[in-house]
Amino acid sequence: MLILGIETSCDDTAAGVVEDGALVRSSVVLSQDGIHSKYGGIVPELASRQHIEAIAPVVEEALAKASVTLDCVDGISVTEGPGLVGSLLVGMSFAKAISFAKGIPLTAVNHIEAHSVAAFLTEPGLAVKPPKFPFVSLVVSGGHTTLFLVNDYTAHEVIGETLDDAAGEAFDKAAKLLGLGYPGGAMIDALAKNGNPAYVEFTRPYLAKDSLDFSFSGIKTAVLNRVRGFNGAISDDVLKDLSASFQEAIVDVLVTKAMRAVKKTGVSHLVAAGGVACNSRLRRKLTEEASAYGVSLCIPPPRFCSDNAAMVAGMGFYKMQKGVFAGLDLNANPNMPR
Amino acid sequence: MTASEVYETASPEATEALGEALSKGFKSGDVIALIGELGAGKTCFVRGAAKGIGAVSRVKSPSFTLVNIYEGGKFALYHLDLYRLSNADEFYNAGLEEYVYARGVCVIEWADKVPALLKDCGVVIRFTHSGEKERVITVERRDE
Repeated sequence: MLILGIETSCDDTAAGVVEDGALVRSSVVLSQDGIHSKYGGIVPELASRQHIEAIAPVVEEALAKASVTLDCVDGISVTEGPGLVGSLLVGMSFAKAISFAKGIPLTAVNHIEAHSVAAFLTEPGLAVKPPKFPFVSLVVSGGHTTLFLVNDYTAHEVIGETLDDAAGEAFDKAAKLLGLGYPGGAMIDALAKNGNPAYVEFTRPYLAKDSLDFSFSGIKTAVLNRVRGFNGAISDDVLKDLSASFQEAIVDVLVTKAMRAVKKTGVSHLVAAGGVACNSRLRRKLTEEASAYGVSLCIPPPRFCSDNAAMVAGMGFYKMQKGVFAGLDLNANPNMPR
Repeated sequence: MTASEVYETASPEATEALGEALSKGFKSGDVIALIGELGAGKTCFVRGAAKGIGAVSRVKSPSFTLVNIYEGGKFALYHLDLYRLSNADEFYNAGLEEYVYARGVCVIEWADKVPALLKDCGVVIRFTHSGEKERVITVERRDE
């Protein structure tokens, strides 16, 4: 069964074709990273107009790369939320129009939940050991930091979430305070490789509490106070050390909470997904901790961690298997639980 | 004519409490600008304001989502954050102005990124750092 996935919830316009919820036949993402870095700071592509211009060519490219036409597609899956309503509506209207014109069944998925289901995606040459239900999933990105207990492809229970800023947002804002470029997360990851993570012992926010919730707002202020202490004269070495120390604090919290969730729920499988799951330190530390505790860990490759439509197609397949379809009265749901 | 009030807070909790107290004077249709650096307390203030009007949803930073909507209170609270905007055009292209003229109260972090927006803001609140945790918060009210 071939599903066409369409994703326009945030900055990227994406489409992908996935077979039976797992085999990725194509995954096309039109990312605005190039546009962002031109400004040397955090600059989004927020205009839904960009999605409108990009959606048709991106879908066409996804079909062409999968060597299929719309006549071969058995279902269409589209992100219904959370996200910016104007952006969501572009993908949703496009998906509905194809569904209506070609008589193809339609379903809608939650973007955050789809991130977890990316753990089942595979490609020729990609060795994937998919998780077994139930598992804990840490979805961590620019807009979200959520721990799920996933009982089934379509049964996701939120067991922890950020109370203020998302982890990816903390990375981007810290990068901005340190005067680094965009994307901030990748810049900090690169600098931290040669820095001393014990240079500053940043407070691990919310770690002492027995909860599975996160708080990353305060660490931003801690970085700012450090930076101010240097009065604008931060050497390259100090920059590396500050990056490493900051990254270590965030990663420490994410890993500790994920492992705490595993222990609390008693599951033996753990998934990490979302854009921040591309961070090399997070991947390594999670691997070490999961291995030490004897829990099986699955982190999708970076191209399926950051926003993509293959995960939307994958999730859509499982919803259709359960008989969950959407009608043409489907609407965007910008405030979906995250 | 504008009238100004100056407040000093010694902690994020105090900034939140100030938001809660000042929100008692909010009424549907108000548009409020929040201006200040990263970590100055804008989101803390909104968390208090949401509590003050009785909204049930959890207040999180809308830096990436651009807008969060908190419902269940006296009126809807639209929490906008223009941090990621590089120019005013993006504000209009993203359709964000619809929230400014919606029924309910609209609070806009980094409203100074869209200068034309400021004339529609009946209240402008500026946050400045005066110490590691201390903040000076100035509230300017424009006479109607």
